[in-house]
Amino acid sequence: MYILSNTVNASNFVSGVDKAFLLIMGISFVFLIGLTFTMLYFMYKYNNKKNPIATQIKGSNTLEVIWTVIPTILVLIMFYYGWAGWAPMRKAPKDTFNIKVTGRMWNYLFEYENGKKTDTLFVPMDKAVKLKLVSLDVIHGFFIPAFRIKEDVVPGREKMAWFIPQREGLFELFCTVYCGMNHSYMGSTVKVMPQPKFDAWYIDTIKHVSVAVDSPTATGQRIMKNIGCFACHTVDGTKLIGPTFKGIYGSKVVIQTNGQEHEVTADDAYIKRSIYDPNADIVKGFNKGLMQPYTGLLSEGDVQQITAYLKSLK
Amino acid sequence: MQTAVPILHEVSYLEYKGKYKGLFSWILSTDHKRIGLMYMYAMMTFFLIGVMLGLAMKLELIAPGRTIMGPQTYNALFTVHGVIMIFMIVIPGLPAVFGNFMLPIMIGAKDVAFPKLNLLSWYIYMTGSILVICSVLFGNGIPDTGWTFYAPYSFKTGTNLLPAIFGAFVLGFASILTGLNFIVTIHRMRCPGMTWLKMPLFAWSLYGTAWIQLLATPVVGITLVLVALERIFGIGVFDPALGGDPVLYQHLFWIYSHPAVYVMILPAMGAISEIIPTFSQKHIFGYKAIVASTIAIAFVGYFVWGHHMFTSGMSGTAQYTFSILTFIVAIPSAIKVFNWISTMHKGSINPDIPFLWAISFIFVFMIGGFSGLVLGALATNVYVHDTAFVVAHFHFIVFGGVGFAFFGAIHYWYPKMFGRMYDKAWAKIGWAFFFVGFLTLYSPMFYLGMMGMPRRYYDYLPEFHAANILSTLGSWVMAFGLLIIIINLFRSAKNGAIAPMNPWNGKTLEWTVPSPPPTENFEDIPVYGEKDGPYEY
Repeated sequence: MYILSNTVNASNFVSGVDKAFLLIMGISFVFLIGLTFTMLYFMYKYNNKKNPIATQIKGSNTLEVIWTVIPTILVLIMFYYGWAGWAPMRKAPKDTFNIKVTGRMWNYLFEYENGKKTDTLFVPMDKAVKLKLVSLDVIHGFFIPAFRIKEDVVPGREKMAWFIPQREGLFELFCTVYCGMNHSYMGSTVKVMPQPKFDAWYIDTIKHVSVAVDSPTATGQRIMKNIGCFACHTVDGTKLIGPTFKGIYGSKVVIQTNGQEHEVTADDAYIKRSIYDPNADIVKGFNKGLMQPYTGLLSEGDVQQITAYLKSLK
Repeated sequence: MQTAVPILHEVSYLEYKGKYKGLFSWILSTDHKRIGLMYMYAMMTFFLIGVMLGLAMKLELIAPGRTIMGPQTYNALFTVHGVIMIFMIVIPGLPAVFGNFMLPIMIGAKDVAFPKLNLLSWYIYMTGSILVICSVLFGNGIPDTGWTFYAPYSFKTGTNLLPAIFGAFVLGFASILTGLNFIVTIHRMRCPGMTWLKMPLFAWSLYGTAWIQLLATPVVGITLVLVALERIFGIGVFDPALGGDPVLYQHLFWIYSHPAVYVMILPAMGAISEIIPTFSQKHIFGYKAIVASTIAIAFVGYFVWGHHMFTSGMSGTAQYTFSILTFIVAIPSAIKVFNWISTMHKGSINPDIPFLWAISFIFVFMIGGFSGLVLGALATNVYVHDTAFVVAHFHFIVFGGVGFAFFGAIHYWYPKMFGRMYDKAWAKIGWAFFFVGFLTLYSPMFYLGMMGMPRRYYDYLPEFHAANILSTLGSWVMAFGLLIIIINLFRSAKNGAIAPMNPWNGKTLEWTVPSPPPTENFEDIPVYGEKDGPYEY
């Protein structure tokens, strides 16, 4: 646990969770050590060399009652602390800063109310932040250890998590529900900034993350990087979950449409269809259903930028 | 007590010549003892495969980034490791091996109620296991879903999952039929005078287990069929794109798979309840309390599955109800521990190797149980759920608990099963390495989980490195201990010193028949008198 590290009180839930943790661990250690030593002591004291004749004792109702009642009371206390640390997580306050979190294989996308989209979670300090969690493909787990929050991100459901960040800095964010090949790489970072700093960052908005135009293809590459294309597709010819992008533009591709095999040329229309409706045509040798439609996440302009970049990959 | 006087020249079950010769005298035998041994040999083979997969995983995790394999291979390894260990070894484990071998003898019967059904169960078990192995050897990629087969990933992945799911489905039938067999055996075949409350505790634990096997296993069967149908036809029960609900899968899966944990641990507790009184030469403390706690665990165990799903999406009411029930199921386990330790009090303890396994079982089981309290409480569960902490917890219970009890049981009953004694010095050395290695392997995972490292991670951040190195080192020490234990047991089956009928001075009925027992166990069915009982020292 982060108990002794610099994440003390990183969010409003830390003290409640850690209190329950310490209580349960404390009681457990007392019993573990006590019972282990009793066992070893009996083994020494009543060794058959020292004590050749056992005294037959069949039981004691008093003892049975004692060691049923005392553990029951103790576990009910543990239950209470567990409940008390958890209950506030279920109920977000009314006035919150809202962010939509979209999980997909294998990255998270964060969308802010002003339209800003990032792959790192930026949050203002000392302000209640409410996350709307959605998944586009399989179940993911949204976990920020320093904040003690975890919620599964389930396709077809809209889940909620909230917290008040109380410490400035960078914190880790993991995916905790196994979601395929690159599950362990589906992490990101949370950046907590004081309100003024956050506001400056927040207002400075261009719809997509950073769009610095240093070459005609750089924008397309940036967009693809931010949205996570390269988790499944390479640009160097290596085969991953999806086909490589190397030399893709203008090439002949063998695809399956409704089980029928045929050959098409990878042109603008094909690339657009592959992004907006990826499961209509499946490239031979790959599996259906692993990529989700990017409709609504990428504009027509974005797709054009991506196509421009793909053309450059000879 | 009136028992059969052992006739030394009586033909043992190992030497018995029936209708068939050689291998067929085993694979066509309906003798519960031979079937028990066949289960044991099969499981030992699968277990060694599972151990090697585990060692490969630990080796990969010795450093961040790629060490010896890619992420897809790693994901396949933890899936196959889990499926083999859970479905093929730990769930059937103690009932199939020691239940088959010892239950009829312990209750004074000549065999189980349905010997042919018993053999059929073994064939079903082997069929299911071979199907699981086939999923690895053939088809388009090794299954990579984890042993939990969570929807919707389980019907999206392109790997060869169907044989694995079908294998687990088939294995379920072996479990159901064995459970049925044991229930009927215990009800109908106890020797005259052995009332319910004079039955050995191992038999009681098998009785509780058998009911879970019978009632809960069909649930996982139908769930796995639904996953298969979802994969093949897209029926839309679990697929959210078709209006299904992936969380429903988790409910169905854990409605079986949580009680399955008690299928694993109850017989383990039963074996410990035999070893401790024998080696303390003392009546078990609180017989009735242990029986009651067995029944309570088997019963309450049905109602706690939700604690696997505190972050999946449930109402708050459901969450705290499952939390409180989880805490309640901890109490009967605690009662058992208190009674075991009290049995040692004022006993005459022979600290021989089965006893060492038994007390190390209690120690690791307590750690597993206490970490279970952390997982039962809501606030802490949300924090450590799906992290390495959970992996440590269930290895302490499933491997520490069931595994230690299995090794304890095998060292306890070995002289009876094979008629020979293993080398005790080597057995102790093996135990020591195994015990130290076990703690070094799994304890760091508690720490890693508390630091926030998620489970099923192929790669990890540099801050998790040190604990992972320690864990990998532990895996080697444990494997070395395991090697010593297994070699010792194998060699001794042929070369060990001839074992007497009752080497530990036990009082249960299996110690009243020759070692190894004759084919029909008893010349004359024993009769329990007024003063007789399994723990009357």
